[in-house]
Amino acid sequence: MWEIGLGHYLTVAAILFTIGIFGIFLNRKNVIVILMAIELMLLAVNINLVAFSWALKDLVGQIFTMFVLTVAAAEAAIGLAILVVYFRNRGSIAVEDINVMKG
Amino acid sequence: MILQALAFYVFAAVAVAAGIMVVTARNPVHSVLFLILAFFNAAGLFVLMGAEFLAMILIIVYVGAVAVLFLFVVMMLDIDFVELRQGFVKYLPVGGLIGIVLLIELLVVVGGLVALPESKAAIAEPVARQGNLTNTAMLGRLLYTKYVYLFQAAGLILFVAMIGAIVLTLRTREGIKRQDVKRQLGRTRAESVELVKVKPGEGI
Repeated sequence: MWEIGLGHYLTVAAILFTIGIFGIFLNRKNVIVILMAIELMLLAVNINLVAFSWALKDLVGQIFTMFVLTVAAAEAAIGLAILVVYFRNRGSIAVEDINVMKG
Repeated sequence: MILQALAFYVFAAVAVAAGIMVVTARNPVHSVLFLILAFFNAAGLFVLMGAEFLAMILIIVYVGAVAVLFLFVVMMLDIDFVELRQGFVKYLPVGGLIGIVLLIELLVVVGGLVALPESKAAIAEPVARQGNLTNTAMLGRLLYTKYVYLFQAAGLILFVAMIGAIVLTLRTREGIKRQDVKRQLGRTRAESVELVKVKPGEGI
């Protein structure tokens, strides 16, 4: 209980990841919250990587976390830019109508 | 040790609670603010694991950039969020079911985690503690030597994302007066100055 090991951190990461999945199902219509749920899932992955890096005394996990952070930031920027353009064209951000982007 | 455990439990509990609030909050602005809270507590967990540099990066990048970007978009777009909430209850059972199944699977994996003896031997400790270097210095030593190409590739990804975001959102609206330097410099005296003979007592 008072000895925090790898399992504790992995459990927190698992719960956060599940909340992310749950959020995607729950907010099927709201793209912004879906993007935030994806950020939560990436955060859970980062916690996993850092926990293993800490437990295995191997720094490569933290390097990889930095790359995950980079990709997450790029993804958020591009996703929100697409969202702004979509809102400008359609006047709403309803996910059901997004297939009009097929052209 | 007890202090560390207490800190872990506080950070973990607040992070999980904030995560739940992110996906269930009525107002997306509150969602973003809870996301910020979750990231702060995750940064606390990182500090507990000895990854101070990543904790600071998490706060700077996420709270400073990504969350503000989200907040900006949520507040800029005039969206009817009540309409988007419809179907929330309808999706609750299937979402909850999938979430619970996934959580049980993940916890079974975590609970059954056993480190093989040979894997323990295989874990070399070349970068564990190099003297009394800080976490940041060790990360830098690894990042700028062994992973320098990946580091460059990460920079390229950010560059492409930046250009993509600018190209996507840039638009030239009709009917807005802008400065056109080429036209300004190309003006001749003949087209801009006109000499008018004004007769006395008449005006133009």
